[in-house]
Amino acid sequence: MFAPIEDLYRLAPELVLCTFGILVMLAEPFVPRKRSGLVAFLALLGAGAALAATRLSWAHPGTAFYGLVRVDDFSIFLHFVVGAVAVLVILGSRDYLEREGLHRGEFYALVLFATAGMGVMVSAQELVTAFIGLEISSISSYILASFRRNVPKSNESAMKYFLLGSFATSFFLYGVALVYGATGTTLLSRMDSASGNPTLLRLGLGMIFIGLAFKVASAPFQLWTPDVYEGAPTPVTALLSSGPKAAAFALLLRIFDTVFAASQLWVWAIWVSAALTMFAGNLAALVQSNVKRMLAYSSIAHAGYILVAFAARNEIGTAAVLFYLVAYALMKLGAFTMVTHLGGEGERRLEINDYAGLGSQQPAAAAFLTLYLFSLLGLPVTAGFLGKFYIFNAALKSHLVWLAVLLAINTVISAYYYLRVIVVMYMREPQKEWAATPIPRAVGLVLVLTAAGTLYLGLFPNYLMEFATQSAVLPR
Amino acid sequence: MSGDYLQNYAPLLIHLLVAMGLAGIILLLSTIVGYHRPTRAKLQPYECGVRPTGDAREPFSVKFYLVAMVFILFDVEAIFLYPWAYIYRDLHWFGFVEMLLYILILLAGYIYLWKKGALDWNR
Amino acid sequence: MVPISYYLVLSAILFGLGVVAFIFKRNIITIFMSIELMLNAVNLTFVAFSRALGKLDGQVFVFFVIVVAAAEAAVGLAIILLIARNQQSLNIERVNLLKL
Repeated sequence: MFAPIEDLYRLAPELVLCTFGILVMLAEPFVPRKRSGLVAFLALLGAGAALAATRLSWAHPGTAFYGLVRVDDFSIFLHFVVGAVAVLVILGSRDYLEREGLHRGEFYALVLFATAGMGVMVSAQELVTAFIGLEISSISSYILASFRRNVPKSNESAMKYFLLGSFATSFFLYGVALVYGATGTTLLSRMDSASGNPTLLRLGLGMIFIGLAFKVASAPFQLWTPDVYEGAPTPVTALLSSGPKAAAFALLLRIFDTVFAASQLWVWAIWVSAALTMFAGNLAALVQSNVKRMLAYSSIAHAGYILVAFAARNEIGTAAVLFYLVAYALMKLGAFTMVTHLGGEGERRLEINDYAGLGSQQPAAAAFLTLYLFSLLGLPVTAGFLGKFYIFNAALKSHLVWLAVLLAINTVISAYYYLRVIVVMYMREPQKEWAATPIPRAVGLVLVLTAAGTLYLGLFPNYLMEFATQSAVLPR
Repeated sequence: MSGDYLQNYAPLLIHLLVAMGLAGIILLLSTIVGYHRPTRAKLQPYECGVRPTGDAREPFSVKFYLVAMVFILFDVEAIFLYPWAYIYRDLHWFGFVEMLLYILILLAGYIYLWKKGALDWNR
Repeated sequence: MVPISYYLVLSAILFGLGVVAFIFKRNIITIFMSIELMLNAVNLTFVAFSRALGKLDGQVFVFFVIVVAAAEAAVGLAIILLIARNQQSLNIERVNLLKL
């Protein structure tokens, strides 16, 4: 008997996302331009339905389709993350697309497809399946990055993302091929028991690590990040910095925790990469004048923080990674949504100095941005603080004292560039008059949700942390 | 073993060298010995007796690119039919339904292209 | 029969050539072609291993890789076309609005 109905439950979120993606794509040419809100609504419905479908598949844990995918707490946790990211991105991008004259259904369809790809990545138990998921999400993101078709910067961003992304994918795939040759299988759970050529296996796992390190933007493979994040439309930047990163980290964790040879091989690479990534992100962020670029470098630094928890390689570390991914997605989505709104038509207001006087002119916007920046910096009462605390904790439990010290040093460095934005907003006189447009309702909703989430996790982290700890137990 | 294996190919290599050498000698002889009276008609590229028009290396319309890309995509996606056909008998109805769904998804892409006017040459 | 190491060495060389071309070439189309070369080197590896292991799944993976590569090519060429139209150049060094 092929594919019992249980298997379909286990793949429900992806099925829902793909169905709605196709529906949105088909609806686009049929819905008249004036009623384009309908397409956006359909997409929002799809992303919401995916969350519901995740809840449904939670009741059916186990492997599906001959062990290609697996539903466990880990995959459910990350499905909720990527699904929520999709909902927030769709909510936040409608007004932007209208403003820039880019409102097309394809945008939403691509967001849904990308989310489906991330869903496949987080539940994949087999490397070729993981590759398919990786590519579904990457190819959709390449198109999304180029969505401002007539803006050279957007084209350039898409080109760099495409070339370096495909380059990384080739590495990943070559690694998969070598692992297949060494062990005769691509199923993660069978790799350890298969007797194979250990050199070939190590070489393959190394290549896979390089490919995924590109995708999570960790040093020394982070060079594409600032260019891509700066040039892409800001809502797309919000998506790129939160969703795919979470999915790629999930894949890294999954391979690392399931394949013993990988955990043996990668642990040093992760240590070095974590240290390098933190410094590469934070030091470069110090000298940026463009807000998007500054946030891009900050997201590199945050990938470094997550790698520190990763290097702890115990269940506390995995739980800390999961918690931090949620906190990070919330604050980055909020910050980029705010930047989207403040950018104004044609995304012209992007320099940090352009934010001078924001505190008195648009107090609400300034307050939101301040909260996100505080959280990114890791001040108490925000999600960022507790996330960092858990990472610290995990690092110290595994006696990674040096890495913990480096993390502390980097937090101090990062204070400079986060606080500089806040100082400019509240204490500098504006040099130029910017029209203060009111915050649209959907954007306001995204801001309120992300801000509330940031504060909630900062004050009451227990519920999420319990869920994360429970999800951190990966079956070997 | 691998040494023996390469030796099997030695005649092929000799053949290749002889063929290349012979062709080279013939060309060389005809350039040295033959008469050369180039005329305009002789120097023109041969195009089935038709007089050539224009340059072959001029830029061509983006439309060709679009059609070619669409063709490649649909063509390559048909690749999955081969392994499917190979095990079709073992899959029974499940395989049939799966492939039907796959084709329907491709059809959705086709409808999208059609409605977007990508197949309309004169647009 | 050709020993598998021949295929592996060949595909490693092809992959290496792709990496080198990716880093040193200046035309965007050429860079893109080097990525295709890398993917095809992977395909060769898959098929060789599949044959050596006596399993068919490696050959099925190649189908997936081919399809994904085609999808990537479609998107990539469309992006390159946009660049060519907006910047009138395909030299990677002249596409540099996004720098420090």
